[in-house]
Amino acid sequence: MNQTSHPVHPDISEEMWGKIDKIIANGKGKPGSVIAVLRESQEVVGYLPTELISHISRGLVLPTSQVFGVATFYSFFSLTPKGRHTVRVCTGTACYVKGIKEAIGRIRNTYGIKEGETSEDRKFSLEGVRCLGACGLAPVMIVDKDIYGEVTSDKVINILEKYE
Amino acid sequence: MNKIRTQLMLCGGTGCESTGSERVREALTREIEGQGLKDEVEIVVTGCNGFCAVGPVMVVQPEGIFYQKIKPEDAAELVEEHFLKGRPLKRLFYKEPASKNIIPRMDDIPFFASQMFRAMRNKGLIDPEVIDEYIARDGYFALAKALNEMTADDIIEEMLVSGLRGRGGAGFPAGMKWKFAKGAEGEKKYVLCNADEGDPGAFMDRSLLESDPHAVLEGMTIAAKAINAHKGYIYCRSEYPLAIRRLGIAIAQAKDYGLLGEDILGSGFDFDIEVYQGAGAFVCGEETALMRSIEGKRGMPRPRPPFPAHKGLWEKPTILNNVETLVNVPQIILNGGKWYAGVGTEKSKGTKVFALSGDVSNIGLVEIPMGTTLRTLVYDIGGGVPNKRKFKAVQLGGPSGGCVPEERLDTRIDYEEIVKVGAIMGSGGAIVMDDHTCMVDMARYFMDFIQDESCGKCTPCREGTRQMLDILEEICLGKGKAGDIERLEALAHVVGKASLCGLGQTASNPVLSTLRYFREEYEAHIEEKRCPAKVCPNLVKFEVDPDLCKRCGICYKACPANAIIWEKKQVAVIDKDKCIKCMTCYAKCPFDSII
Repeated sequence: MNQTSHPVHPDISEEMWGKIDKIIANGKGKPGSVIAVLRESQEVVGYLPTELISHISRGLVLPTSQVFGVATFYSFFSLTPKGRHTVRVCTGTACYVKGIKEAIGRIRNTYGIKEGETSEDRKFSLEGVRCLGACGLAPVMIVDKDIYGEVTSDKVINILEKYE
Repeated sequence: MNKIRTQLMLCGGTGCESTGSERVREALTREIEGQGLKDEVEIVVTGCNGFCAVGPVMVVQPEGIFYQKIKPEDAAELVEEHFLKGRPLKRLFYKEPASKNIIPRMDDIPFFASQMFRAMRNKGLIDPEVIDEYIARDGYFALAKALNEMTADDIIEEMLVSGLRGRGGAGFPAGMKWKFAKGAEGEKKYVLCNADEGDPGAFMDRSLLESDPHAVLEGMTIAAKAINAHKGYIYCRSEYPLAIRRLGIAIAQAKDYGLLGEDILGSGFDFDIEVYQGAGAFVCGEETALMRSIEGKRGMPRPRPPFPAHKGLWEKPTILNNVETLVNVPQIILNGGKWYAGVGTEKSKGTKVFALSGDVSNIGLVEIPMGTTLRTLVYDIGGGVPNKRKFKAVQLGGPSGGCVPEERLDTRIDYEEIVKVGAIMGSGGAIVMDDHTCMVDMARYFMDFIQDESCGKCTPCREGTRQMLDILEEICLGKGKAGDIERLEALAHVVGKASLCGLGQTASNPVLSTLRYFREEYEAHIEEKRCPAKVCPNLVKFEVDPDLCKRCGICYKACPANAIIWEKKQVAVIDKDKCIKCMTCYAKCPFDSII
């Protein structure tokens, strides 16, 4: 029987480790593959725990410092757990001019979270993103994969209340 | 045999998709089949049409009838009236906001009429997921010409004659870049496409990738032939999933047709393209940072020289062109550089795509000849500022750019002319702002963006932007001090002169341009603790002016905290204990009566 060579982590199941090892095997030896490996691993687990980053660096035979450096540089990667729903508010210029700041203020007042934070009940994670390129619908908010246009401060809470 | 007499070009761009074009497609398909028109009427899902503000949109070809804001419920009536009885459905036509005129044909709508489509020539006309449709519009003809009839020098010469300059913003002549890379020594060379469209308020590249992905591939392959590269990467933001998917489809189809990969069109030339997904870092739009990122490192810029044309990706000669630049290449090769240069100003040739958004009636994607005035862009094409508000400024060039006020609107679109008025051409974001926009807050917004996105490598950018942001935040909070403006100007000078890359060098532009045209707003914030546009929550009173209040109750209905006391025919009053200072009432009041 193969002995498991990965660390133990409460948020990562045996099945997830299997997927991760496949992702690492795919990227191994390919120059520049580390960002893709981190992205795909994050898709499996939901975020990148420190133990996972170390595991990836061992698998790709890269210094942990380098992989950690990449994971902390790009805003796409998160080293902390996320809520059940990810609320991405567009903070691009068009959305800003059209009032996303007021909508974010309402989210902060209602759920007690700022950009980059997760609500205590782990229901929502709020992320500010730089222009989604859907300026025609400004202000824009994406909850998981649902796009909402013209999200003004009076509408935003009604939309979020639909999510469990 | 199929006898398609009518094609419905339904927009499947991001804007229309999120307003429900997929559900419209399903409903239309059902109705067309139900009416037995399946062999006569065909639905084609196209890339971004450009007129995002009135989506979902559909153009009926060949007659060119334009339908807007289509809902799935409209499908039955639309199919019966237009395609069965031959009576176009007026209810869904475009109505001009000012004159209330109904305009049935797309080409007659002012938004489209003043435009000139070169980069966007296929938008809304082809299904971006079917290579044959691109080929039917002369696609890959330029590639065949470049590979079989032209030498590398011929291609570069044609590019130089065209005068095409980098559409990513810096405006470096594309042909020169290629010439340097061709002359550079090295067995391996790379062609990169910059699709890391990071400027907030810019969505030109997204739409081009979504509506015409093959044009990017063709442009890259021609560039590859010119510098003798055999490998290319498209560096695309991960925020653009649809663009990434369509590029993947396009690459697979092109390989299948022998238009990409080994021995392209039997010419013996090999070229392969890979899509590389960014991971969210604005600075990766800078060329050396982008290359680092593809190498799997932190995307930090490095000093130049050496320039990428000599030492780029993996230290090999590399050219990096923006999406819009590359999309123009096939037509330059096909029609000649002279043709391309036939439009434009002395130093800025051809057309430029702008993403027009913000406080403007016609939001969408616009392509206009260089030399057009900003006034034409904002008023004739954009339809001016809605809701009876006044124009204040148009912001060009994103966080590296500046705000152009009313008195400079007759500036012509030209790389050098735009710099003279304190902005930059940039990648093409044009955000219109009305008189409810606070220019100090805008400067603070852009500085916050830059400060957040500064990679931290060089001190002037890392620390300087922090200091500038601190000052701007204090001003917006009503804690501005005498001398703040001068401190901002001094910092701007240092950050601009001493930063390593373009991000830092241009970081002060939004501050400098707002200081240049709206200095009195800064002074009002600092000296009078007043925000003239009534945007900064600490500098407004949250009171209703009884003389201005029209007693309509709109603020009462909009307030999320039930902090407004109002009854019919009564002046509204704000309960300051309940008020959460969310500014909703300021945004909603049509009479500016909240002070």
